[in-house]
Amino acid sequence: MSSRVNASYFPQAERVAIFGGTHGNEMSGVTLVNMWIKNRAEIERSGVAVRAFITNPRAVEKCSRYIDTDLNRAFTPENLSTASGDGLPYEVQRAKEVNQIFGPKGSPDAYDVIFDLHNTTSNMGSTLILESSTDYFNLQMVHYIKKAIAPESCMVLLNEHPHLKYATTRSVAKHPVGLEVGPQPQGVLRSNIFESMRAIMKHALDFIELFNSGVEFPACSVEVFRVHERVDYPRDTNGNITAMVHPHLQDCDWEPLNPGDPMFQTFDGRTIPYEGASPVYPTFINEAAYYEKQQACITTRRETLAANAIRKISK
Amino acid sequence: MLPALSRVAVCGGTHGNELSGVYLVHERLKRRKKSQVMEPVAVVTVMSNPRAVQRCVRYTETDLNRCFTHAILSASEQTSYELVRSQELNSLLGPKGSAEAMDLICDLHNTTANMGLCLITYSDSDWICLHICKYLQARAQHPRTDAMEIGPQPHGLIRANIFMAMQEAVQLLLDWVRLFNSGAQFEGGSVDVYTLVKNIDYPRDPHTHTIIAAVHPDLQDRDFCLLHPGDPMFLSFSGETLRYKGKEPLYPFFINESAYYEKAVALSLARRRKVEIPAIRSSRM
Repeated sequence: MSSRVNASYFPQAERVAIFGGTHGNEMSGVTLVNMWIKNRAEIERSGVAVRAFITNPRAVEKCSRYIDTDLNRAFTPENLSTASGDGLPYEVQRAKEVNQIFGPKGSPDAYDVIFDLHNTTSNMGSTLILESSTDYFNLQMVHYIKKAIAPESCMVLLNEHPHLKYATTRSVAKHPVGLEVGPQPQGVLRSNIFESMRAIMKHALDFIELFNSGVEFPACSVEVFRVHERVDYPRDTNGNITAMVHPHLQDCDWEPLNPGDPMFQTFDGRTIPYEGASPVYPTFINEAAYYEKQQACITTRRETLAANAIRKISK
Repeated sequence: MLPALSRVAVCGGTHGNELSGVYLVHERLKRRKKSQVMEPVAVVTVMSNPRAVQRCVRYTETDLNRCFTHAILSASEQTSYELVRSQELNSLLGPKGSAEAMDLICDLHNTTANMGLCLITYSDSDWICLHICKYLQARAQHPRTDAMEIGPQPHGLIRANIFMAMQEAVQLLLDWVRLFNSGAQFEGGSVDVYTLVKNIDYPRDPHTHTIIAAVHPDLQDRDFCLLHPGDPMFLSFSGETLRYKGKEPLYPFFINESAYYEKAVALSLARRRKVEIPAIRSSRM
């Protein structure tokens, strides 16, 4: 029996959304969401309305990441409160629409849970992305998912960094969850990546159904990788990249990088080592979309978070 | 005896998001500016589609690598960027079919397919290209069979191992040209070549034409591994395995190339055969 003193109570999760196509060339989410819009059977669960939704249809149509600006950075308070008009970038207008349907962000009317489906060119495997270390509902959900897919693994990335955190599409919800699966090139659909994402979504919805039925999830701990720093490519004075991710670092997401380990390789073959003071765990190594964001990888630190027991508030 | 190759071009960025070639050309142009060393062969280094490179997209309006038809090259009033550019490149490197044209052009590409290092040539009696192929196969780390295609690499990023492989291959190609021009004799022999038989599209919904299956996990990444009748080809989203229905075992390649979705190609199928090539030597002593 778990202690009532440390349990957290949450309302029933009545409205859940699954977003695909936030980036129009990340094909697993686009394909899954289109499939589920056509046939909802697989995502239906009792006690909850689950809605599959394409967030950036024009980018999906064009098979590009975005049209004017990255939708997954567009959900800032400024953008969401700006007046509608013809001059607005497409994604800012779209952010306002999404916020109206699934939000408003920060209000009691917002959707309970939103899953946002992404792919990455990085070798991250399946990764769940959280934005808060104290959202026990989300922590319990990722704990449940990790147990359910074992021996397959799923990492948890926590981005609570004051400067590197960004205003995601899913942040409209009370409980935002990012699901990132890679490696997969942009514009490509790989069967194994597609099926991994599909399986994780199945377990996520199962968790919600169990929670809504009144099951108590006992206190648990969750290993997470907390975002620490963004590392750019070495560049010359004109801003051109002068080195590539080193072959020893390429594809080694989630593995420890120690001071002195190879990090970059210049075009003429010279090694540039990692010069940080302590070991870190890099991820998003060589994500194609991040060249323009000045990011060769993100370094993270491993941490174990404690989550209270959770239970639905009984009416 | 064949004439020496006096004019050679190395082109990158024909597709602006295939970054190995883009960076290789960029580095060559940078090094040329810095040093005054004359190369033994006059090599023209060209960034084919600078606007697509700048935007990191395959093309801005139309695929440059499909623009070199006689009709497009001879049309008088082209306005679209790639159509104009193809005419500019034809003036610079051609004119196509004339005596002034480059002797050899090496066009650098990447693919999301697991093709390793692959040389693409247009004729099975082009002894120069086939000898280059033979030379690279004996020396390069990932030989396959003159566009030079190296994968797998997602578009829009650069992988160090792929860049190094391409750099090595370009160097070997230029070494071969230098040796050939200096009068070295290259012994004949045989070269394995793969010739396109047909392209296979994704299975699609008959009404909406949307794709309803992905390349089967057993076929994904198995470029140049023989595909037999009955082997799995696609896995539908409803879990059904769709199999290769051809009668003849063929070699798949360009399996799941992202740029080919819009061309309705999931993979291409080829026959393999050995081509006998004669000994060659340049006629300039």
